[in-house]
Amino acid sequence: MTRKRRRIYVIGGFMLIFATAAALVLTAFEENIVFFYSPTDLAQKLKQEPFPPNRRLRIGGLVEEGSIRRAPDGLTVEFRVTDTVEVISVRFRGITPDIFGEGQGVVAEGSMAADGVFVASEVLAKHDETYMPKEVAEALKKAGQWQGEKNEQRTE
Amino acid sequence: MTAELGHFALVLALSVALVQATIPLLGAWRGDQGWIALARPAAVVQCLLIVIAFGALMHAYITSDFSVLNVATNSHSAKPLLYKISGVWGNHEGSLLLWLLILVLFGAAVAVFGGNLPAPFRARVLSVQAMIAVGFLAFVLFTSNPFERLLPAPLDGRGLNPLLQDPGLAFHPPFLYLGYVGFSMAFSFAVAALIEGRVDAAWARWVRPWTLAAWCFLTTGIALGSWWAYYELGWGGWWFWDPVENASFMPWLAGTALLHSAVVVEKRDSLKNWTVLLAIVTFSLSLLGTFLVRSGVLTSVHAFATDPARGIFILAFLITVIAGSLTLYAIRAPAMKGGGLFAPVSREGGLVLNNLLLSTACATVLLGTLYPLFLDAVTGEKITVGPPYFNATFGPLMLPALIAMAVGPMLHWKRADLTGAIQRLKFAIVAAMAALFVTLVMAHDGPWLAIPGIALGVWMIAAALEEAAYRLRLFRAPAGESLRRLLRSPRSAWGTTFAHAGAGMVIIGIVASSAWQVEKLQIMRTGDVVAVGDFSFKFVGASPFRGPNYSAVSGTFQVSRNGNDFATLKPESRNYQDPPMETTEAAIRTGWGGDLYAVIGDPTGDGAWSTRFYHKPMIHWIWMGALIMMLGGLVSLSDRRHRVGAPARRGAAGRPLNVAKSPAGE
Repeated sequence: MTRKRRRIYVIGGFMLIFATAAALVLTAFEENIVFFYSPTDLAQKLKQEPFPPNRRLRIGGLVEEGSIRRAPDGLTVEFRVTDTVEVISVRFRGITPDIFGEGQGVVAEGSMAADGVFVASEVLAKHDETYMPKEVAEALKKAGQWQGEKNEQRTE
Repeated sequence: MTAELGHFALVLALSVALVQATIPLLGAWRGDQGWIALARPAAVVQCLLIVIAFGALMHAYITSDFSVLNVATNSHSAKPLLYKISGVWGNHEGSLLLWLLILVLFGAAVAVFGGNLPAPFRARVLSVQAMIAVGFLAFVLFTSNPFERLLPAPLDGRGLNPLLQDPGLAFHPPFLYLGYVGFSMAFSFAVAALIEGRVDAAWARWVRPWTLAAWCFLTTGIALGSWWAYYELGWGGWWFWDPVENASFMPWLAGTALLHSAVVVEKRDSLKNWTVLLAIVTFSLSLLGTFLVRSGVLTSVHAFATDPARGIFILAFLITVIAGSLTLYAIRAPAMKGGGLFAPVSREGGLVLNNLLLSTACATVLLGTLYPLFLDAVTGEKITVGPPYFNATFGPLMLPALIAMAVGPMLHWKRADLTGAIQRLKFAIVAAMAALFVTLVMAHDGPWLAIPGIALGVWMIAAALEEAAYRLRLFRAPAGESLRRLLRSPRSAWGTTFAHAGAGMVIIGIVASSAWQVEKLQIMRTGDVVAVGDFSFKFVGASPFRGPNYSAVSGTFQVSRNGNDFATLKPESRNYQDPPMETTEAAIRTGWGGDLYAVIGDPTGDGAWSTRFYHKPMIHWIWMGALIMMLGGLVSLSDRRHRVGAPARRGAAGRPLNVAKSPAGE
């Protein structure tokens, strides 16, 4: 085994693994990237073309005041997410996160149902209440409704 | 007054670090013994100064000195003492001070215990360490001063995020940082070696214990973090492929690769360039982790800093460190020739495979973590790369590494016989087959991927044990011989056994808990009973109570199995006042077979409560396995080879190699 042959083996092995990894990454990117839409973005997007069924996406904005309704089964909750320009209706079955509430920022992941309601499989709560989710803050900025730092700190 | 003392100590530490970063380095270059000798006292003094600064901040927290802005923003007088202490690093400024403290502790450790290092080399290592310290001290002093005053002082503080008020999280950041910063040692050793232009077996022997220690800490830190997420966030998940988690996982993957490639340098004087590169990459990933978490690029519980100046500072620092060290590498590395030759099937070959797979897997994680940031910066499009991406890329790449991991320790150095090695693993093969069969019978309705998954875990554990048995000649030699071998076999070999078996346990825990989890979500009234797998949960009632700094509702659930009382679970839903926030405290009962997990949600208003239960089979194996991996690291660290006879260098060609001919050599 010469040094040269060893190098060829190592490089060959590396190329093989690298090619596998590249193939895996590309297919995974193709299938598993989830785009984020603000209510305004989503409304525009839906005007152009509907999403294929089960296409996963994320939406985010503020939970509209007075919009939270709990279904009689007690577990399904319906609410509207707004960036103050457009509104999306959302349905979610499960225990809502601790910081979920009207007027609060929210990010939800799921897909569009045939009736035009966004069915969330996950309502995200990883941010604490002093911070607005970043996507939501930017969505609000774009809609021209951002009031700077004031919104970021809950005023008690 | 104490705050000013702390601030002053930081300024002094910066000036000491500046001296330490330059004078010993120049001294080593000029051969000036006096300048070289400056490194050790400088490192110790720098350490003492940071200890004073850290102590001052801790004093301010414990005495609730709200005239210090940092304390006023992050603490509250009604907080329990433990969280006043952990509050020191539960915020941006304090956590950086902790980072620094650990950095200089490691530096001082080299100064004090590094007696067997050649003086010029030690001086260079300490100078490189001091350069990192200069960067972080400047960052703390210019953008994130923890000692800033707030006048007039408020009557009380704003409090610590309740999610962070948890014993698990009190110790998660220090361990993580011990790991991150521990890799700075490997980095400093690598850069010092590049400056000297020499990497040899002795170098690998010096680097390995530091890397091992850092790896143990990081393993503990990651395990604590995921355990915390599991019991505190209340949705039963323990790993989300969240960018913040990836930030700590990437250095772990690279560090694991480094640990293994350093063995090859030590034993066979081979793979030197690669090992040095890995040392640089590992620490760069640690810095990247700090950048991702601290810069506010990612918004989450972890991101304390939202000030862009800080982000730009860390980014500039990151670029300087990475670009500087890689440039040095590009200049110096080609001159370093690889040593011992080996066949593709050999211990070295196995370790190369491990390195290739680990680093490629690490690269896919890096890509998935950074791509959304990149896309956002370039096009403004917001995307998320979630768990499916990581499962589809990281999983398949790790699979061969895990299978091969069992065989690697059975291979000889230089040239090995794969068939022979696999034959020696016949017990492990039988065990894996048996596991496959038993799982198939017990879980005949799938999921199908989980069945080979369990067999894989069993294969890894059994192979690790069989390798140990082979090493002891257990049942093949008289018991006395095995006992003698038990006492004499090197600790690092036992480290491998533990770590590999622990990894197998982690796999079993992951597979079993995700494949056979039972989840139940429902509304319950007092007296209702819900079946979860073999268990039935009876809702006894919910009652309010007051904790030290929160009010809460506690639900009581009587769990029985086959009609026998099994456990009482009392999950809570807490309402903190300072700052106002609601948290969920899951109730978890860990048994041999797995965890029962109960969460109480919101009242529906008519006397019913939303509740959620899980049965997660064998999930505790994940953390037990991680603990055993960490123990393996500690056992390996205690190997006397790392302490005694860490050899002096002989000549430019490096010391004669002790080539181990048998698998028992490692």
